[in-house]
This record gives sequence, structure tokens and C-alpha cells, in this order.
Amino acid sequence: MTNILLILAALLLVAIFLVIFRATKLISIFRNDSDPDKVSQSNNIHAYLFLILPIIGFSLAGWYAVHHLGLIIPPHASKNADITEPLFHQATVVILLMFVVTNAALFFFAFKYRYKEGYKATFFTDNVKLEIVWTIVPAVILVLLVVQGWQAWKKIMYTAPENAQQIEVMGHQFAWKVRYPGADGKLGKYNFRYTDATNEMGFDFSDKKNDDDFMVSEIHIQKGVPTVFNIRARDVLHSFSLPHFRQKMDAVPGMPTKLWLTATKTTSEMRQELQGRPEYQTIDEKSGKTRADGFNYEIACQEVCGRGHFAMRLVIVVDDEIDYKKWLAAQKPFTEVNKEYVAKARIQQQKAKASGVAMVSK
Amino acid sequence: MAQVMEANADVHAHAHAHDEHEHHEETFITKYIFTIDHKMIAKQFLVSGILWAFIGGLFSILFRLQLGFPNMDMSFLKPLLGGWIEIQKDGTGALNPEFYLALVTMHGTIMVFFVLTAGLSGTFSNFLIPLQIGARDMASGFMNMLSYWFFFASSVLMFSSLFFATGPAAGGWVVYPPLSALPQALAGSGDGMTYWLLAMSLFIASSLLGSINYITTVINLRTKGMSFNRLPLTIWAFFITAVIGILSFPVLFSAALLLIFDRSFGTSFYLSEIYVAGEALHNVGGSPVLFQHLFWFLGHPEVYIVLLPALGLTSEVIATQARKPIFGYTAMIGSMLGIAVLSFIVWAHHMFVTGMNPFLGTIFMFLTLIIAVPSAVKAFNYITTLWKGNIRFTPAMMFSIGLVSLFISGGVTGIILGNNALDIYLHDTYYVVAHFHLVMGSASFFGMMAGVYHWFPKMFGRMMDERLGYLHFWMTFVGVYTVFFPMHYIGMAGFPRRYYSFTGFDAFRIFADLNMFISAAAIITFSAQLLFGFNFFYSMFRGRRATQNPWQSNTLEWTAPIEPGHGNWEGQIPYVYRWPYDYSKPNAEADGFTDYIPQNVPYSVTKNSNLPHENDLIALEQEEMIPEDKSLVELKHIKVGAH
Repeated sequence: MTNILLILAALLLVAIFLVIFRATKLISIFRNDSDPDKVSQSNNIHAYLFLILPIIGFSLAGWYAVHHLGLIIPPHASKNADITEPLFHQATVVILLMFVVTNAALFFFAFKYRYKEGYKATFFTDNVKLEIVWTIVPAVILVLLVVQGWQAWKKIMYTAPENAQQIEVMGHQFAWKVRYPGADGKLGKYNFRYTDATNEMGFDFSDKKNDDDFMVSEIHIQKGVPTVFNIRARDVLHSFSLPHFRQKMDAVPGMPTKLWLTATKTTSEMRQELQGRPEYQTIDEKSGKTRADGFNYEIACQEVCGRGHFAMRLVIVVDDEIDYKKWLAAQKPFTEVNKEYVAKARIQQQKAKASGVAMVSK
Repeated sequence: MAQVMEANADVHAHAHAHDEHEHHEETFITKYIFTIDHKMIAKQFLVSGILWAFIGGLFSILFRLQLGFPNMDMSFLKPLLGGWIEIQKDGTGALNPEFYLALVTMHGTIMVFFVLTAGLSGTFSNFLIPLQIGARDMASGFMNMLSYWFFFASSVLMFSSLFFATGPAAGGWVVYPPLSALPQALAGSGDGMTYWLLAMSLFIASSLLGSINYITTVINLRTKGMSFNRLPLTIWAFFITAVIGILSFPVLFSAALLLIFDRSFGTSFYLSEIYVAGEALHNVGGSPVLFQHLFWFLGHPEVYIVLLPALGLTSEVIATQARKPIFGYTAMIGSMLGIAVLSFIVWAHHMFVTGMNPFLGTIFMFLTLIIAVPSAVKAFNYITTLWKGNIRFTPAMMFSIGLVSLFISGGVTGIILGNNALDIYLHDTYYVVAHFHLVMGSASFFGMMAGVYHWFPKMFGRMMDERLGYLHFWMTFVGVYTVFFPMHYIGMAGFPRRYYSFTGFDAFRIFADLNMFISAAAIITFSAQLLFGFNFFYSMFRGRRATQNPWQSNTLEWTAPIEPGHGNWEGQIPYVYRWPYDYSKPNAEADGFTDYIPQNVPYSVTKNSNLPHENDLIALEQEEMIPEDKSLVELKHIKVGAH
């Protein structure tokens, strides 16, 4: 019934539109103001709108931005973010200036030089000096921005320090699997053909380095310690994204990638810090705590990967040294938790290797 | 030109051996369907493009409903979407998350390829190239016809893929494998993806046929006197666009072909070490990143394939309606050439965080930011063209000004995204969505609208309704900014693209207000397009009759009859004596002109307003051109009659 009413209402609107359209059309014919050679009578109205609407729009957008700045620019907590954040803010100011100045010139000229009867436009075809100026000025600004970006890029993307903590993350539809190298500090080999419901990351148990590796459902890292994430994907592309650390890297099947970062604030320090921010005092409907108290660093998938793309959440906790050690001590190796399974799997994997089906582990 | 006419005459003569007067007795089929007249083909592209735009726009409204009103009961959409609306336990309907992805994917595919490539470049390259360079038709009318029908076949395939039980392609418009290669990973990667690939292959064929034709026509069929430095910027833009298309689309074709092989014939170009749906696949050794390289080798030039024609149309409209020569004609051409060359060596800036070697990332950052320079030059030239003009706000002019604004506003964020250190965070967030929707999507769309409003009288011999045009412009202009500007905020907050819902993350459980606002703005903006649709089809039949040169423009198409027949000009094609931007030339009144001197007016009759170097050309034109120019007789008549 409501559907029929809605359709009827839509039809009525269309009918009203048509009647108004037709009536005004007739009026304009009657008044004969549709002479094609005549400049539209509304010309001035448009000129003023071009002046006023951008001002209103920009003020509203600015007002919203100022009042929500704490949400628009989320807190960050890594050394690389300490480099890129100031750069980003700088570049944003630069582009805002460009945006305002050029748009203002555009709309102001549109307003100022609106059609006036008897006025003749200036025949101004070329000016090499002007062209050179506005080629060189943007070029110089860009070079300055680029060089800074390049310096930052080199610091962030190139090799991690040698003492870094290694962690492996694997994206699959639709979750992340994480393993730590255990006491030996080395990640064991894997082979995608060994994957099954229990051995989700395809550990190759003939590799002794796997014996102490453990899997977790929540990443813990230690504040101040460089951490390398060795990233891979099991089925389709994913992207391992850590918004609060301003880091991201695609997870690619068949091509391991990595990123590294050094966290600068523990989770509880961040919670503490956010107490001072008004926008984090609202109660979160899910956790029932304030957004500051319930704060967690989160990992998201940022490359479309299918139905559950939006749900690949993983919490990453930054601990201080004591908490981290405590947490570490509580973890049990995969081979220990799944003793029976591993015993069987070892035999199967040996068979597969002997028959040549398994190929080489990475 | 005469040869073209004869060739056309031959075709008709063969088709209807019993018809004696081939041009007057075209059947419905040869005139409206399998036509070889570039103007009709242009209209076919335009109408197809508009229909696609409504479909693509509607899809965006559907997924904006999901994003803006996440808990909305969508069961009212069941008649349209059927099983894609899943009825929950509480009786409310929810959009299927995979279908959400399909909507996003098809919105992108449709808008980028079917609307802004075929509907924009296809329409106006076809329509304006012969009319503005002074040619009877395209170099090959038959190939031109094939170009449209390949596009049509492509459209049919793409449209039919919407109705599969497994849905259309859903892996994003970039169709990255392995997701797009594995039906077990995503339902849309089944038949929907097969059809997507077939449709795109046909589309590429269509685009290549068109581009070859445009290039050949521009090079070979220019009327006497139409040297390259007298070409309107529209033609320069179409010409460069066609060159870019010819060089880049084949690479997309190869990417698609290899993907077809991976999907259907068991090869491993893009697939390696995959365990999906409880099974390890045999594929090893392939690289998904290879596909991304191939895709973006077209994908990035594609941005300019859609943007340059829009900029070309805008140049023409702005000069005409500001009654001023376009500022920096040579710089405009130079910057377009610069953009064209650079567009081929920046593709990997889409791939900074795909695991590509960081050194490559550095190279591509430098190259990417260089491309901002010619773009900036273009923007400055447009602004200076307005300076001291006498601006007439026709809907086309307003859309052109809107384009320049959007081009700037979307362009400046490119400076941040192209900076790879900053892109790490912003990659695949709504910041990117805001950036390209403004700079490429909306700007090109505005260019297309400017083109339609401006050349409608030439296409259909009637004017579009101005008041509806104004309303359409203001709603669209305000609408586009209100939709895409807030997305920068959401993007800076880190919101990822292609998310069905944001409620799962603490960090993204904010900005419900902004998302709702964006969705509402999108709905209003979309409904404004209905005004345009009405205006377009209504005016086609019932609009006010157009005069021959309603905008008092200089270019050649306005010297043709109001509704030109096949062959465009009845007598001889006009010769060209000057560049197309002699607007408001000083002392033109002394020569009997107002504020414009069309291209087919010799310098010999404008001695008062000629610039010094133009006077030098008089001897040459009197010797070589004027004696042969039969259209001049007609012209003098017009000149006396006009003011």
C-alpha cells in the first residue's frame, strides 16, 4: 500500500513539474524573452551565485573541519608517522592555499567580468612571461614537497634495523593469521600446499625453526622496538593496513612483502592521552566505554578481497617491556598446542615431498 | 573530400541499386541505425552514454543508501534487486555485501568506460572533428559505424551480466586478480567476470577503431587553410586523446587476454600459491602485480582519455562565452602534449604499496608530480581567459567554469597522493575516492555536459531549455561539491574504500553524520540529472528552433546549415584563413564585424583589425585561396547581414 502511495506521490511530483515547466515556457514565449541573440536575463544572478555560493560552501566546510579536527586527523603512534604527519599537514596547508587562491580567482573573475552591455572583452592572447612564471612557481613548490617526501620514503620503506622483531601476518578470506618466530627469533618455512583447517598458515614441520613458532589472535608489539611484519596472502590480494601507525602494505599471494614500524606509544598511554580530547569522550555504543577508554589500535584490510572485506579487523596492542615479556611468556608454540596433529602432518608432508607434489617450501 | 562523397555515394548506390537519388532516400535503417554519418554516430554514442550514465548513477545511489543509512530497511528495493536484498530475521531487508561490491564495480566500469570514454570522447570526437576541421565525414565512415556497433555489442554484454544469478563482476573496476580470477573467492568472478572481460575486449576494439579514424581524419581531411596551428583546441584534445588511446588500450587488452587465459585455460600469469575454498590450486609462478602494471599502463592514461576531451570542449566554450581568445593557445597545446607523454610514465603511482620495489616508487613519485605542472598551466590559462572577458553565463559556460574549479580542487589533492610517503596512509582510503571523483569523474562529466548544452543546437537544430539548464547546473555543482568534499575528511580519518559497513571498527565508527549527509547530497544530485534527461529528450523534439550560429562562435561547424545533411556543407567546404579565437578583436567593428570573426573570413576583408603579421598573409591568401573559394560569395552575404 505504501509503495503504491509512494509511486502516486512521485507521479504527482512529475506532473506538477511538467505543468510548471510548460507554464513558464509559455510565459517566456509570451514575453518574448527567448531571443537567442539576447544575453540571458539571469546573467547577473549567476554571476553573484558564483561569488556567494563558494564562500558559503567553503565557510561551512571549514567550520565543520575545525570542529571535528580531532576526528579528521586521528592520533598516530609510530616513528614513521612522526615523519609523515608534519609533512602531510604542511602539504595540506600548501594545497589549501592553492585551492583557495585559484578558485577565488576563477569565481571572482567570473563575477567581475560578467556580461555588460557595450563592454568589449580585452583581446589578450598570449604572454610568455606569465606562462613561464606559472610553470616555474608550481614546479618549485612541487620539487620542495617531493624532495621531502623522498627523504621520508627512504626512511620508511627501506630496510628495517637488524635487531627488529619479526612477525608474520597472512591475509585470507576474511581474517588475518599471525605468527611469531618464538625463542629462536626465526620464522620457519611454509608451503601453501600444506595448508588445511588446522595448519592454516601451511607450516612445513620438517623445518626445525617452526617448532617454537606460535600463532596469536591479537598482535602484541613492544613500544620502541622496531617490528617487521612479513606479509603474505593465501587466496586473493589483501592489504595490511595500520591506520594509527600510518603504515600499509599489500598482501600478495605468491609474493611475500614486508613493512616495519616502531611504535611510540603503548595502548594504555594512548588511552591516557585521548582523555584530553573532547571528541573521544563520547560513549561508544558497542563497548559501552568512552572512546578514549575503549581505544585500541586496529588493523584493517584495505584492498578489496570479497564479501567480508569490511570485517577483517585485528587488534594490535602496544605494550611496554614488562607487559610484553609477560605476554610473550604466556604463548605456547603451535607444535605444542597441536601435538597430535603435527605428528600426523609430519608424515603426510614427508610423503608429499617425496612424491614431488609439495615442491619447495619458502 | 570529393572522394569521400563519391565513396559514400557508392556505398548507398550498392545498397539501393534501384534508388536514383542516394542521399535523399535513406531508409530508417541506414539513417538512424547502421549509419555511416559521423553526426548520427555521435548521437548514438551520446544517447547510449546518457542511458549508461543513469544506470551508473543509480548504482551509486544504491550503494550510497547502504553507506549513509546502514540500518535502513531496504526491502522496498526487492522488486528491483530481487534476491540481492536479503531478508533478515527481524523482517527488514539488507543489501547483500557481494552485491554491494558488484554495484561499486559496475558503477566504476560504467562511468569510466561507457560514459566518460564512449559517451564523451565517442560523442564529441565524432561530432566535432569533421565539422570543425571542415571535412565531409570521417576518413572511414564504415569503420566509424563498426566502432559504434562494437561499443553497442559491448554494452549489451555488460548490461546482460547484471542479470546473472551470481551477479556481475564485483572485484572493483580494476578487476585485480586473483580475486577476479577465482569464482570460488567471489561469486561475481564467475560468469559476470567472463562477460566483463568479453565486453571490455569489444569495448577496446571499438575504442581503437574510433581512435584510428579520428587520427587519420585530423591528419588528412582538414579543409584548405586549416593548418595544425589553426585547429580549435577541441580538435587538438581529441587528436591527442586518440593517440593516447591507441597506445594504451592494447595494453589493457593484453592484460584482459592473459586474465581470460588464467581464468579459463589454466595458465598462471597472475596466479601463484593460492589456497582457496579448502583447496590448494596448481598455479605457481605468476604475479598479481604484473596485472596491476598492465592495467594501470592503460588505467592512468585513461584518466587523460576522459579528461582531455572535456578540457578541449571547455576551452572552446570558455573562449566563446567569455568573448575572448583562449589565453595561451600554444601553451594549451604544449601542456596537453606534455600531459599525454607524461601520462604513460606515471602509472605505478597507483601501486606505491603493492610490494613494488621502493626505488621504483621514488621514480614514479618524481614523474607523477611533474605532470602537475602542465595541469597547473592549463588551469591558470583558463582563469586568465576569464580575466577582462564579457562573460555570458549559458549553461555550457557554467559547466565549463565548474569544470575548471573541480579540476583544480581535485587536482591539488593529487599532489599529496602522488607523494609516496603520504600515499602510504591515504592509499585506498576515501581521500583517493574524493580526489579522482573530483578531478576526473566530475570534471569530465562537467565537460561532457558543457559539450551537450553547447552543441545541442548543432546536433538537433533546437535549443535546450535554459532555465532547466541553470537549475541542473546549480544543483549539480553544489551537489558534486557536497558529495565529494566531505569525503576528504573521511579519507583523512583513514576510512577504507569499498567497505560495505564501517561499524566493525572502533576507528571508523564515527562520521555517520557525514556519510548520511553525503548520501543525501548524492540523491539530490542524481535527481537533478533527471531534469537534464527530461530537458535533453524534450528539447530534441520540442525545443526552441536554433539559429545557425546561436553562440556567435568562430569555428567552422557553425557555418554549416542548421541541420547539416550527410556531407555537412551543401556547397564547397569553407576554407580557413585564421585561428578560431578572434573574439573581441580590436577594430573589428571597422571591418563590419561585431565581437567575433569566424575562421572562414579572409584577412583581406579585415584589414582594420588584422595584426601586423596577419597583414603579411594577405598576399598569400589572395594568390592561393581566395580565387578558388566558392564559399566566399555566400560569406559576404552573411557578413553584411550580421549586424
